Formats: sequence, C-alpha cells, structure tokens
Amino acid sequence: MNIIKLIREKTLQVFSVLIIVYLMLPLAVIILLSFNKPKGRQNTSWNEFSLDAWTNICRDQTICSSFATSIKIGLLVTLISTIVGTMISFALIRHRYRGRGTTSLLIFLPLATPEVILGASLLALFLNIFIPLGFWTILLAQITFTISFVVVVVNARLAGMDPRLEQAAMDLYATPLQTFRYVTFPIALPGIMAAALLSFSLSFDDFIVTTFNSGRVVTFPIYIWGAAQRGIPPQVNVIASLMFLGSLLLVLVASLISKRRKAIYA
Amino acid sequence: MASNRPKVEDLHLVNLTKTFGDFKAVDNLTLTIPAGSFFALLGPSGCGKTTTLRMVAGLEEQTSGQIKLGDEDITFLPPYKRWVNTVFQSYALFPHLSIYENVAFGLRRQKAKDIDNQVKAMLDLVELSTQAQKKPQQLSGGQQQRVAVARALINEPDVLLLDEPLGALDLKLRRQMQLELKRIQTEVGITFVHVTHDQEEAMTMADTIAVMNEGRIEQLGSPIQIYEHPKTAFVANFLGQTNLFEGTVAGIEGDELVVKVKDVTFYVPLASTEIRSGQIVFGVRPEKVKIVDQGKTGLPKNQINGSIKLTAFVGVSTQYEVITNWGQEISAFEQNIDPSDLGRPGQAVTLAWEPRHSFVLDPDQDLTAGLDTSWDE
Repeated sequence: MNIIKLIREKTLQVFSVLIIVYLMLPLAVIILLSFNKPKGRQNTSWNEFSLDAWTNICRDQTICSSFATSIKIGLLVTLISTIVGTMISFALIRHRYRGRGTTSLLIFLPLATPEVILGASLLALFLNIFIPLGFWTILLAQITFTISFVVVVVNARLAGMDPRLEQAAMDLYATPLQTFRYVTFPIALPGIMAAALLSFSLSFDDFIVTTFNSGRVVTFPIYIWGAAQRGIPPQVNVIASLMFLGSLLLVLVASLISKRRKAIYA
Repeated sequence: MASNRPKVEDLHLVNLTKTFGDFKAVDNLTLTIPAGSFFALLGPSGCGKTTTLRMVAGLEEQTSGQIKLGDEDITFLPPYKRWVNTVFQSYALFPHLSIYENVAFGLRRQKAKDIDNQVKAMLDLVELSTQAQKKPQQLSGGQQQRVAVARALINEPDVLLLDEPLGALDLKLRRQMQLELKRIQTEVGITFVHVTHDQEEAMTMADTIAVMNEGRIEQLGSPIQIYEHPKTAFVANFLGQTNLFEGTVAGIEGDELVVKVKDVTFYVPLASTEIRSGQIVFGVRPEKVKIVDQGKTGLPKNQINGSIKLTAFVGVSTQYEVITNWGQEISAFEQNIDPSDLGRPGQAVTLAWEPRHSFVLDPDQDLTAGLDTSWDE
C-alpha cells in the first residue's frame, strides 16, 4: 500500500528527471569531449583530459573564419528578414486589400516546402540569372525562408493586440505616427524580438539550403559537415559549449531582470 | 482647472446617420447635448448608442450628417484633433506603460507643461496615488476603471465619452463607481456622455437620458420624466416593469379622460395626452398600484378586480401577479411593511391607483416593444 502511494507521488518527478537527463545528455557529452585529447582523428571516445582545444580554438583557421562568416550572415539575415517580415505582418493583419490572401499563401509556402527543394530551386534560379554563388546568394536564400517565420511569429503578436489600444492612443491626441511609436511598436516588440532570435538561429545552423547556394564560401555548419568526413576536432566542441553557455547566460540574465521587476512592483 | 481653454461647448449632432451595408445603425439622429450636463444614451445592445459615441470620438466615420462642438464643425476631424476623450469599455489601458504614464499619455502628446503636478493631482482625484508605478494588469477592475477615467479626464476635454464604463465591474463596485463618477462630473463640470444598457445606472447618474432603439431616439428627458411619463411602449417596458391597457375613450370628466377597457372604467389625466376619442393605450407602474381585499372602500379612483396568480416576496417589496376576468396579468408591488399579511394565490383582490399615476402612450404602439431586450447582456 505504501509502495503504491510512493509510486503515485514520485512518478511525475522521476519521469521529469528522466526526460531532462535525456535532453541534456548530448549537451553534456559535447562539453565533456571539448576537454578530450582525442586518440587519432575522431573525437568520439574519451582518451585523456586536456585544455588544448580551449586554449587554442583557432588552431584550424577555417573553424574561426567559418564561424565568423556564419555570425555575419546570421546578423544580416536577422536584420533584413525581421524588418521586412514585420512590415509584411502589419500589412497582412492591419489591412484588407486585393491580393492579401495570395500574399499570405506565398508567405507560408516556404514553410511547407522541403528545404532540399527550396535549396535546389534557388540554385537553379541563381545560375539562370547569372548571380555568382557566394556570400550574397547564401544571404538571399536564407532570407526567403526566415522571412516566413518572422511573419508567423509577429502575426501571432499583432493578432492578439486589442485594436482599441491604438484607438485609445489616437483619442488621447497621438497622431498616427506617435500611435505607432508609443503604443503599437512597444507592444509588438516582444514578438519582433522573438522573431529576430528565431531567424538568427535558423540562419546560423542552416545547412541544406545554404550548401546548394554557398559556392566557395564556408559557413560553420558546412565546415562541420566537411570536418566530419575526416574527424571533427575538439575545437568544434569548444565553440558549441561556448554557444550553449552564452545562451544559458542570456536566459539567466533575463529571468533575473524579470524577477527584479516583480520585486519592485510587489 | 482649465482656465486657459475656452469654456466647454454644447455638443450638436445633426442628422447623423451610420449604415453598415443594409443595416442602419444610427438613423438620422439629431440631438443637442448641453455643456456641462451628464447625458446618458440608454438602449439595448445593437440600438446604435455605441456607434453614435464612436462617431463623436472620431473613431467611426459617419455615413452622413454633422457633428459640432459649439460653432466648430468637427465632423471630419481625426480623433487626435478633437477635444473629446473616451473611457473605453474594458478600459483599453496601455499594458506596457505604468499607471503614471497611462495618465500622462494625453498631456505628453500635447506637449503640456507641468505634467508631473497634473498627473499627481489627477491620481489624487481618483485615489490611486500609491499605485502610480504599477502596470495596469496589477490593478483590480475598479482601479483600472478609475485609471481609464483619469487618463481621459486629465486632458480636460469639452466632452468625456463613457462607453459602458462600468460593465465589467461587479454589482457592488458598480454602484460605488456610479456615485464616484457623478461626484467627479460635478467637480470638474465637463460634459459627460454615458452609453449604457442599464436603465438603473442611467437614472442614477444622468441629468438627461435619451432612450435609443433601432438607431433612433425614442424619448428624451430627465430620468423622472421618462420613467413617470414614457411616451412609447418601448420606453415604458425598457425602463422597469409596467402595466399597459388598451381601451377606448368614452368621454371627458373635468380634467380627466374617461377610458373603457372591456367593461371597466378608468381615468387618466387630460393633460397627459392629445387623444380625445377612439383607441388609447395607457399604463401604470406596478409600484403605484395598491392591492386590497375586494369590497374595501376609500380607494383611489382607478379600480379593477382580479385574483392573485403569483406572490413573490423579494425583501423590500412583495410582487404580485394579478389576473383580471379577461385574462390580462397586472403587476403590483407592495412595500414590505407587514410581511405576515401576504396575499395568497387564488385570493380575490381589488387593484387601485390614482388617475394621475397613469401615463398615456403615443398612438399605434407595439405593446411588447422593449420587453425581450431589457434583460439581455
């Protein structure tokens, strides 16, 4: 009887812990192997502890240059797709016009298209209109699908916004421009930020569409794919660990700020 | 407070019409709302009262007609150029701004001077000084309501529009806020135009009530006027309960009109109607009707016999449904003075009321108008 009670009480906790372990285990392995000194080329089994990879991240030039390329592309893609996507979203949610349905459909199409097809079609397009493959074609190719994600995320935020807030602003002597600046934009901002983060991470780790259209430019995912053939150096694990710790830090800071805000208002 | 601005002006609506497709939401409305009055637009949902309000605010474009503040035509001014502010239904407070900034919003847009002192004074007026730094969602419904009023009022508009401002509050808080709004209006002297479907709320607060139905004004007057002397069946039914009788004029006796309903004779004041012959519809409010055992003397002049169908004790009064020999149901409310003396169903009684308590409706009324709409929402 006690056992049944115990099971009943602890089942949820046990399963929660198991799921967290399952999700976190790969990350733990990546971090662990960043301190490994691999025997041979493959960094897949533990050999001996070393800080070599951490102290010498850019030993292979391409690791750092490809990482920088990916960051650069990611930032540009984020900037462009967030601005354009947000504008499209405002048009779709706020206005009724001819071709609105078609626009909406076209926006959602890239989300439903398999990436392989998208990448191959874009390649055919670029070759046909003689745009040399490289940095700019990667940028264009990634924007075609990140824009759709931005529109979807910002749409959700705008659709949930009470139109009376803007009416109230105008009633309180705000011109249309001031209404946007002081009411609409600040309220939509969390959605726009979320969309920007999403498009950065989509751009940063995109492999399929990018490979088709990269020419000779090597992004970070392309480098790793290439390295995997010969053996991934532990430096890659270091960069992965750093990125993980970086995002963890951001989350911590964000939750600290919101906790502090709550403490002020309580 | 507003000494630098010209004095508050009358609000004129002239032949104002708004159609949505085939539906006439507001139908050729002409109305003058005197400066400094507390004016209520009262009616069931869909009667056009909120559309009217939104047109005055500039948030809805009229199909035709004119809106004027004093001599100034504001018909085509955008909302941010009208000296009119709105307290929205469910408030529409800015969720990303503090209470302080919500209240300061209008002044900041007008680049006013001395914003800080004005905001503090306004927060004092609505008793929210201690909540200034909170966000709207951290306040209770009643507090949010007060912020909405403060945010509009601080701009010292010529007209303050209130769109069902108390609809989201519970009954007790609503009663309290009614008196509070009335106090604020008296204090600041701004014209309040209040839209509501709650007849008690309208009567409690307003100096003048316009009862609206299907885009038109059915009757305009003080609360006492429209309650005591409704001109249409819709107004009679919408403002509380009423007993209506259809009869024919049988003659004139002194200053009273003699009316026959079936074989019973009633008297109504001659002054209350132009009708002198033929069909007539008159009514009496249930609380004016006395209910006594049959055979009593010394009763008011209008008398009718019947038997009690239903007795409902509601505390302040006892409500009776009495059925006449031709099958009409008549309500009578008796003040609760001695509850041991309740009438029982089936008991034969006489209903009686003074002729001056009767009111006469305009001719050609649908007697059921306003009956099914008064209790929705």
